[in-house]
Amino acid sequence: MSFAERLNALDRRWIFLAMGLSVAIPVLFGLQFPESSSALSEQCFQMIEELQPGDPVLIAMDFDPPSKGELEPMATAFVRHCCEKKLKIYFMTLWPAGPQMIDDAIERVIVRDFPAMTYGEDYVNLGFKPGYEGVIKVIISNLKTLYSTDARGTNIDQIPMCRNLTDIKSMKLIINVSAGYPGAKEWIQYASTPVEQLKNRIVAGCTGVQAALLYPYIPEQLPGLLGAIKGAAEYEALVNQKYDADKGRPTPAKYQEALRRMGPQSVAHLLMIALIILGNVAFFLQRSRRGAAA
Amino acid sequence: MNGSSKFWPIVGLLFAGWLLYRATLGAGTVYVAEAPNGVWMRAAPVDFVAGAAEFSPGRTIGVWVAALFTLCIMSYLYRDNPFYRFAEAVIVGVSAAYYMVVALWTTLIPNLIGKLWPGIVQATAMPGLSSEREDFWWLYFVPLVMGAMLIWRLSPKGAWIARWPLAFIVGTTAGVRLIGYIEADFLSQIRATLLPLVVMTPDASGQPVFHLGDSIRNALIVGGVLSALVYFLFSVEHKGPIGRIARAGTWTLMICFGAAFGYTVMGRIALLAIRFEFLFDDWLWLIDPLGRRTGLF
Repeated sequence: MSFAERLNALDRRWIFLAMGLSVAIPVLFGLQFPESSSALSEQCFQMIEELQPGDPVLIAMDFDPPSKGELEPMATAFVRHCCEKKLKIYFMTLWPAGPQMIDDAIERVIVRDFPAMTYGEDYVNLGFKPGYEGVIKVIISNLKTLYSTDARGTNIDQIPMCRNLTDIKSMKLIINVSAGYPGAKEWIQYASTPVEQLKNRIVAGCTGVQAALLYPYIPEQLPGLLGAIKGAAEYEALVNQKYDADKGRPTPAKYQEALRRMGPQSVAHLLMIALIILGNVAFFLQRSRRGAAA
Repeated sequence: MNGSSKFWPIVGLLFAGWLLYRATLGAGTVYVAEAPNGVWMRAAPVDFVAGAAEFSPGRTIGVWVAALFTLCIMSYLYRDNPFYRFAEAVIVGVSAAYYMVVALWTTLIPNLIGKLWPGIVQATAMPGLSSEREDFWWLYFVPLVMGAMLIWRLSPKGAWIARWPLAFIVGTTAGVRLIGYIEADFLSQIRATLLPLVVMTPDASGQPVFHLGDSIRNALIVGGVLSALVYFLFSVEHKGPIGRIARAGTWTLMICFGAAFGYTVMGRIALLAIRFEFLFDDWLWLIDPLGRRTGLF
């Protein structure tokens, strides 16, 4: 059996094993590479950076545990950046499993590192509402029609930062962390595009599957986008540089999760490139052999 | 990979023995401590030793169950097996139950029952809800009746009754989506494609300066969109100049699919990486990237 025929008959489980090892070994040894930022992640960073302390921002965490690996690092970085800027944060989600993602982010960032922030005055969790894009359409005109209580069941009129909030048009920025439908596309379609007050006031972080579908909205309808774990790593690097490195303090490991996950990414991508080249070599070898035989 | 019949049982036993050894070192154990705001948060083993944290049996079982289910799902890569099918069935069942409970407590109770009979809901289920009825509270009988009509589908007789609310749902969804797509995806996308092919901007002295990079980018966007549209033009035979433009459109589409595939691969690898991180860190305690064991997180 020739080399090309052997490659052709290779059990695909060897490739699974190779891919597993290419991810597992860098995870075990903590392999990490430096990250340089792209224009899109810089734009995300700048849009939050330009806000003033006390400005209201809406963070919609439209994802669930299956996409946590990709989206949790960017959600953490967004929340941390907003806390560092002393913004007033309104959390919400259009995904049924989203409330847990919000609670995790609040515990990981606000409760541990920003204990001075008070619930109801500096941040509030509006929780989950079903209705997909219908929820967005309602809250751009009347938030209290849908949100009579927050995620804890407290009457929304008893929460100081919600008392005068009638709709989300007053938000200085919408930050969406999106894993699919409903997500960034719906926020663009029903909030940032049709509502004059929200134009150019949206940034999104999304999964790799979604990223290619969101590029057509850049830059007019979506000024800033973090695409998959790479975008998250770039944004993390920018936030860490500004709020840790420039101040001469070390960055906690939890704020470097995306950077850490880029190590396995790079090794796995190298393996994929090698496999694609190998597959093509086998294909052309077999074709030339068949041609010679004919 | 066709090993002998004794190979995999031996591997399984060795792995189980090693797991037991790791468990004696504390692997997979979770400790918690109460934060000043009353929330129970994850704590480090050193906090437990110092008496500042408690052992959490619930979270520990959670870590072990999650780890074993992860292995069950990953076993499908070898071949279909009962462990994979069991894990899959549990995930489907738990997800359905979770979504049902969430829908009850976030939609039906506060947004329907709570609007119709707010006093009862406030007294029995949601103390944070206002006990006063809204001005047009009786309008909520419409979704209540339509919801009941929708469930009629399960009845052996009169299943057609469910078609009325279903027609309403289909109609309103189509209407809502149409508006969104026309403005955000149709008109705005056309506007975004009307780009100058020669980009010139005035410099400090007012003289126009040609920007080669921006001009090439705009030309690629306009050319790519037009050629992809020509590819989908089936009323003209794809021959001659039209055929060549359509071929360019094919290339544009292929580049787009390639980019989408590349992003998808990146996403899937990230998911695999977090699963390995969970297994090595939370479960087996082989790595400690977040400093959980040392209390530095």
